[in-house]
Amino acid sequence: MYTFIFAFLVGGAICAIGQLLMDVGKLTPAHTLSTLVVAGAILDGFGLYEPLIDFAGAGATVPITSFGNSLTHGALAEAEKHGLVGVVTGMFEVTSSGISAAIIFGFIAALIFHSKGKVN
Amino acid sequence: MVIVFQTKPALLAGAAAVGPLEARSVFRSYFDIVADDERFQEKTNEQGQRRLITNTCQHVMDKAKIKNLDVDYFLSGDLINQMTPTNFAARELAVSFIGMFSACATSISSVIVAGLLTELGASKLAIAGASSQHNATERQFRYPVDYGAQKPATAQWTVTAAGYALVGQYQPDFPYMVAATVGKVIDYHETDPFHMGGAMAPAAYDTIKRHLQHRKQKISDYDMVMTGDLGKIGLKLVKAMLAEDGIKNDELQLIRDAGAEFYGDDQAFQAGASGAGCSAAVYYSYVLSQFMTGRFKRVLLVATGALLSPLSYQQGETIPCTAHAIEIAMN
Repeated sequence: MYTFIFAFLVGGAICAIGQLLMDVGKLTPAHTLSTLVVAGAILDGFGLYEPLIDFAGAGATVPITSFGNSLTHGALAEAEKHGLVGVVTGMFEVTSSGISAAIIFGFIAALIFHSKGKVN
Repeated sequence: MVIVFQTKPALLAGAAAVGPLEARSVFRSYFDIVADDERFQEKTNEQGQRRLITNTCQHVMDKAKIKNLDVDYFLSGDLINQMTPTNFAARELAVSFIGMFSACATSISSVIVAGLLTELGASKLAIAGASSQHNATERQFRYPVDYGAQKPATAQWTVTAAGYALVGQYQPDFPYMVAATVGKVIDYHETDPFHMGGAMAPAAYDTIKRHLQHRKQKISDYDMVMTGDLGKIGLKLVKAMLAEDGIKNDELQLIRDAGAEFYGDDQAFQAGASGAGCSAAVYYSYVLSQFMTGRFKRVLLVATGALLSPLSYQQGETIPCTAHAIEIAMN
């Protein structure tokens, strides 16, 4: 039960930071996205993101910050095996499934749907 | 600085066409065409906007029982790069054409020029107005709608709409142009493209003030002063600026804004409607019809425009704005 509560709180807190970046910081959606990815990557560099995932589960893995975490994670893991080249190859090893899924589902959605000026 | 028309060019007919979301407008009953497809059965948004323009112009001609060969000039503009929807629509209309860009103030600047051509004797009948299409304009100035970007509460909703008027020589039973004020370009250093009302309010204030001063009039000499697309926030700002000049509340109540009223109190549309088609559709359907029913005897229409480009605000430039006004009366 506590897992759900912590997932809700941590996930919500990350999204709230994103909303504040847009509303108060006046960042564009693309800037906000990149900022959160970089923040996740840096946190993992200091070894802080994995404890957050252990604590909040999906609350930390679903938001885009976990993509940054995966980038750093893959790079560090491969670097241990293959040195500097591993940083380049490893970066997309863990994240490849996410990137491929985004491309494939984006393509399918673009085939089926036509954009509309829909109100919120 | 204020143009006073000597021959009283008349607004002989008007028509407005809108898209499906605009069926939710409080002015819906005055619109001539309410389409159920925002692309008007065309493949792209820009092609849809072209169809929106030609359909509206055809409706104006049908109302006046004329053909395109009877029209001397077509004066029009839109918000898309190089104004291709309007230029391509002009290809189909096949009349002498001047493309005009004053952003959303084109709805009035086009009619002012039509009035001047009529006064000069160069034009017997001219079609003037403006249009906008939601998806095409959002992509041009902000984000493609497919992107699903959030908008703040100060943002306005670009309408899918077109409004055109037929301008000709004076006839006793039609509303006519008395005077016009061409706006200066005014910049109060607003940089947020999601806060156009705030950027445009000072331009509207300047034009209204100059028009009244030169014509030696008060706001209460009019049945209504209607700005174009200031939205709910911009309208409040204009009223506040006029109130600082000592204009009283009962006079301020005569000031209305087409964009602020367009979608009523529907919060889904944030601070109200905007776009060149917003003021054009309301002016050349609702306002003209109120003249014909005798409700209005004299109104001041003040269309505002934000003269930015996507590149200019990405480079950190502020948003310069303008407002053009035309005084319309009927005997």
